[in-house]
Amino acid sequence: MKTRNFKLIILEVLGAALLLLFATPFFVVLINASKNAVEVKDFPLSLPDKPLQLFLNIAEVFGRDNINYLSSFLNSIIITTISLIAIGVFSAMAAWVLVRTKKTYSFVIFMIFLSGMVLPFQVVMLPLVRLMKTLKDITGIPFKDTYHGIILAYIGFGAPLSVFLFHGFIKSIPMDIEEAAIIDGCSKPQVFFKIILPILKPIFVTLLVLNGMWIWNDYLLPLLVLGTGGDIQTLPLSVAFLAGNYEKEWSLILTSVLMAAAPVVILFLFAQKHIIKGMTSGAIK
Amino acid sequence: MRNFGNKLLYFLISFIIILILPFILIIRIFEKIIKKDILVFDKNKERTPVGRFIHDKWLGESYSAQNNRVFVYFLFPSFGAFLLFVALPFLQGFYFSLTDWTGLNTGSEKFVRFDNYISIFKDYKFGYSFYRTAIYAIFNIILINVVAFSLASLVTQNLKGKNFYRAGFFMPNLIGGLVLGYIWKFIFDKVLFSFGGMFAPSLLIDGQSAFIALLVVVTWQYAGYIMMIYIAAIQNIPQDLIEASQIDGANAWQRLKNITMPLVAQAFTVAMFLTLVTAFKQFDTVVSLTQGGPATLLPEVIGSIYNRSFAVVKSLDLISINIYDEAFTYNSLGIGQAKAILFFIILLAIALIQVYYNKKREVEL
Repeated sequence: MKTRNFKLIILEVLGAALLLLFATPFFVVLINASKNAVEVKDFPLSLPDKPLQLFLNIAEVFGRDNINYLSSFLNSIIITTISLIAIGVFSAMAAWVLVRTKKTYSFVIFMIFLSGMVLPFQVVMLPLVRLMKTLKDITGIPFKDTYHGIILAYIGFGAPLSVFLFHGFIKSIPMDIEEAAIIDGCSKPQVFFKIILPILKPIFVTLLVLNGMWIWNDYLLPLLVLGTGGDIQTLPLSVAFLAGNYEKEWSLILTSVLMAAAPVVILFLFAQKHIIKGMTSGAIK
Repeated sequence: MRNFGNKLLYFLISFIIILILPFILIIRIFEKIIKKDILVFDKNKERTPVGRFIHDKWLGESYSAQNNRVFVYFLFPSFGAFLLFVALPFLQGFYFSLTDWTGLNTGSEKFVRFDNYISIFKDYKFGYSFYRTAIYAIFNIILINVVAFSLASLVTQNLKGKNFYRAGFFMPNLIGGLVLGYIWKFIFDKVLFSFGGMFAPSLLIDGQSAFIALLVVVTWQYAGYIMMIYIAAIQNIPQDLIEASQIDGANAWQRLKNITMPLVAQAFTVAMFLTLVTAFKQFDTVVSLTQGGPATLLPEVIGSIYNRSFAVVKSLDLISINIYDEAFTYNSLGIGQAKAILFFIILLAIALIQVYYNKKREVEL
């Protein structure tokens, strides 16, 4: 019994030490974001003299006109939220009709969706940028550097995985519920929005997490569709722009890094269970 | 034959109607707003076979017509976006990879058959970047899986702070690769640098050490995520199996080797697949960490294939970085697209082989 306790204590210490090691980069960011330029350069590891410098740095990041941090923060929120809801609802709609229509063509469409999961973004990106220009020439509607352009692209790229997960889940929902609703006088769209969509909630949350992490942190797609220095910027673009232009001003870069990471980390602290469950169950399926 | 002709005719009609349906939806919504029917289909009217088909299957009020309409309306948004922004560019990409498309001649490029592919096979830089990516992927898979599995074994013990540890190990994964890269660039360039010794000059300056630095960063980032997959698998192992082995006198190592490992094989497949794919797609972390990496000498292995004894390449010029540079720095989008297609084929082949072999090893409970 005694050796067992001893072993557990060793493991506990090991766990704590590893946790500390994993957390060190976060602390480094936090303490250095609260220093002025000189302190960062000379003593990167010492604790900040005046922790309130953090707010001065934040003000400084907000203040630089050519970065427009506030607007890119808002843009990130707008793009992520709209894309998430659109991917979720539209994919669920598609998955539902694909499951409930037992025909060859619905199977073929499902397979086309699935094949999208194996496509790496790199193989699509160059023609995509060109297509967006062509579409503008044909229809007169700009797609590059617009909200709808990037959101539609996210719907397209997010659809395969989301349709796949919804498809698997909807198959397990008994048909009887829907038939009962139709007998009670629901139209088909009502059946979906009033009955099926609420049942899909757990998988919906999973997808919010999976797609949310991806879209919030995505760099390459916004870089191609929105471009650096365009009207609409997302957080990763702004951080890259700032780091590229003020290469030596580490206190500013780290402050912007902190501000980009903080929303996700705070969200994680509140919705830990959902996020971990969402990200892992999505991967295993 | 006549039957086939009919089917084809009905298929074409259906296709045309699918294109018209959105407009009909708009009219229906409009009808609701002004509370007056504009489009009315008389149920009892005499129709030709084609007219009857259109009425019964698409536009009328019959159950199957409603079903068909809902099918189109519900599928349209996501499938449309998918076809337009994923499938269409993907198919176009095959054609573009056969043209001399550059940033300047977009729209007037010429068809050059397989010239782009031939020039890629002669390009030692692409050979190097493939070699580098393969090595990186191998190290990446081994390191991340070993670290993740060890962490998972640790936090599935009966520890007091295990939930706390799990959350902590998982945390780096929340932050995007780009932002992460800047954090670590600061750590390598300033924090570790201030220790001196082997850390000064910065690890990111030399080709080999930058490679190691990148491995450290991605392991830190990704191990927590893979750990979660292993945790789920380890927790699924039936407790009685472990108890039975304890009664039989198996020690910890034997338990790990004979019970845990075979039973988490499925998670192992998933984890291998994920680490492999992310390693090949690695882009943003490298961009922010080193902008593609310090200059380094072309390794002899690659040099001898291309008959080049002395050449300088970028150390961390991984495939996706190479494609991006080719397309946007050198403006040869046609060659870039050809590289992307090669990349896709290689990735697909490796992933399929890997999943196939791992599936064979899995144990069914």
